[in-house]
Amino acid sequence: MGFDFADEQPKLLMLMYGLVAFVVVVGGLLLLLDVVPAWFARRREAQLVAASVSGTPLARRPKQREGLFALFFLLPTLLLLVIGLVVPAIRTTLLSLMDGSSSNWVGLRNYGWMFSDSSIVRVLINTLVWVLLVPLVATGFGLTYAILVDKARFEAVAKSLIFLPMAISFVGASIIWKFVYAYRGEGDQIGLLNQMVVSLGGEPKQWLLESPLNTLLLIVIMVWIQAGFAMVVLSAAIKAIPGDIVEAARLDGVSPWQMFWQITMPSIRPALIVVVVTLTIATLKVFDIVRTSTNGNYDTSVIASEMYNQAFRYGQNGQGSALAVFLFILVIPVVIYQIRNLRQQREG
Amino acid sequence: MTTATPTVAAGAQKTAGTPPTTAARVRKRLNSRTATLVSIVIAVVWTIPTFGLFISSIRPEDDIKTTGWWTAFTNPQFTLENYQQVLFGRSSSSGQLASYFINSLAITIPSVLFPLAFAALAAYALAWINFRGRDWLYIAIFALQIVPLQMALVPLLKFFSTGVTLGGITLMPAWDLVDEQKFAQVWFAHTCFALPFAVFLLHNFVSQLPGDLMEAARVDGATHPKIFRTIVLPLITPALAAFGIFQFLWVWNDLLVALIFAGGGNETAPLTVRLAEMAGTRGNEWQRLTAGAFVSIVVPLVVFLSLQRFFVRGLLAGSVKG
Repeated sequence: MGFDFADEQPKLLMLMYGLVAFVVVVGGLLLLLDVVPAWFARRREAQLVAASVSGTPLARRPKQREGLFALFFLLPTLLLLVIGLVVPAIRTTLLSLMDGSSSNWVGLRNYGWMFSDSSIVRVLINTLVWVLLVPLVATGFGLTYAILVDKARFEAVAKSLIFLPMAISFVGASIIWKFVYAYRGEGDQIGLLNQMVVSLGGEPKQWLLESPLNTLLLIVIMVWIQAGFAMVVLSAAIKAIPGDIVEAARLDGVSPWQMFWQITMPSIRPALIVVVVTLTIATLKVFDIVRTSTNGNYDTSVIASEMYNQAFRYGQNGQGSALAVFLFILVIPVVIYQIRNLRQQREG
Repeated sequence: MTTATPTVAAGAQKTAGTPPTTAARVRKRLNSRTATLVSIVIAVVWTIPTFGLFISSIRPEDDIKTTGWWTAFTNPQFTLENYQQVLFGRSSSSGQLASYFINSLAITIPSVLFPLAFAALAAYALAWINFRGRDWLYIAIFALQIVPLQMALVPLLKFFSTGVTLGGITLMPAWDLVDEQKFAQVWFAHTCFALPFAVFLLHNFVSQLPGDLMEAARVDGATHPKIFRTIVLPLITPALAAFGIFQFLWVWNDLLVALIFAGGGNETAPLTVRLAEMAGTRGNEWQRLTAGAFVSIVVPLVVFLSLQRFFVRGLLAGSVKG
């Protein structure tokens, strides 16, 4: 089977259909919104004329029309959100109370399974390790780097280099790092990590097979991707600190260390919280890295990858849904914390 | 990653303009020498994995499998054979990535356009049209951001495969899509999942437009659709670009949604699905994995580097403004 462009034509045709659908839906909606009010305006004019002829007062109802407009503007979004998120989320919650084939109610048995099955407990522990380490390390790292390169001559380039992994897919990043961790039984090592171990006089290892080290090595991939995000947001926050405050502190002879803890840290606290929260949520849902690197084997599975395996590989809809619901429950307190913080910020 | 163009990074604006005192300048220079060294080391460490992958992808197969990529500097031998193989190769094990590349494109373009348009409309309505329950609706959409998409996967897949029946009445037949038609499922799923964040991000921008402008337009007799098209759309172009890039990267790099809604065949599966599969089943075929990974990285990298400014702006607006 060679590559033949003719084979690809159905796909491009489908893409065309998609684009035509886009133009028809969006254009149609805008056109409708243009035509309908014009029609209303004409009718109202006619009514006005009629009213002025007959002398009867005219009822005014402009508010209703505003509502009508809003409905049309919001229609596609609301429809899609209800079909694609709200209803499915409710159904998943219900499915989590049913058995694997979604035919019988089993109460909370799936949740009991989650906390008693030793392999799933392992999954939960792994997720906990991920959630504790990734936000902490990535944020700490991003912050350090943002301070280091602040106002340096090569700042833009230096930031781009760290930020670049953000553009790389988790799958691509996993392959990049799998190559770093690569192991060869005989001959030269081709993986950078093993080569470094060997040149330091150590024994090469199959890194991704060794639990619990492998989870940490996968976490490295996530940190590598996300540190750039932390760095950019925190760097912007650092630059937003008013210059006169920094200058005043400097004239008072404050040491860089004091400057960091007493000026910088309090000023960027809101941004810091946002970064940690965002990274926590992203880490909770991490799936691609685990799936690409180890497929969840060797004790590396996390909630999101286990959910996929249960629901889509083993056909255990109940257990998969229970994991998804648990994931949702874990996200809620984090978000509540963030919202409360934002509110304080606005008031203060 | 050798092509790192000096792009304008976040907030690198005019804050450096305050003149420090001489003493401060001297002290700063002393401090900054170690800082410079450390930051250069970090930047190098950060770039090495990607750099190694790139070097490997242009080395001959035998070299990749027997020697480390760092030996390429003493024994430079480069070839484009790997790319040729992985993109257009004839055997089914070679990757056939050209086909998947087109799938990625076909999935990504509509998945960016639909949420962009729908969210812009919704954001305008939520910001500038007065109707009852507006604030509650906005809060509801905002709150939907926290629902992990894992919560929607199983029922949404069922929705596509069996349709909707309520009390024995078929409200919506099964989609029954085959081959490339499955793109529609992926577009649909991506659009749904993107909307809460899209509405939130665009609302941030739209609601900050000057109210006087809208008022003046309304006094002149402009209707909401007219204001939306002629005033709002041109003004929020940067925000649209920011979300567009964000969504592009997200969809192009997504694995989970594609895995579930596109299936695994070369009719519909995007690059990420194929690469993940190759990494699993052909984990030692580094000549293909390295080149393949690079093929998948190139497009988002170009988009990212050329439009980084918009992306950063969107990122900051989305995360910091809350």
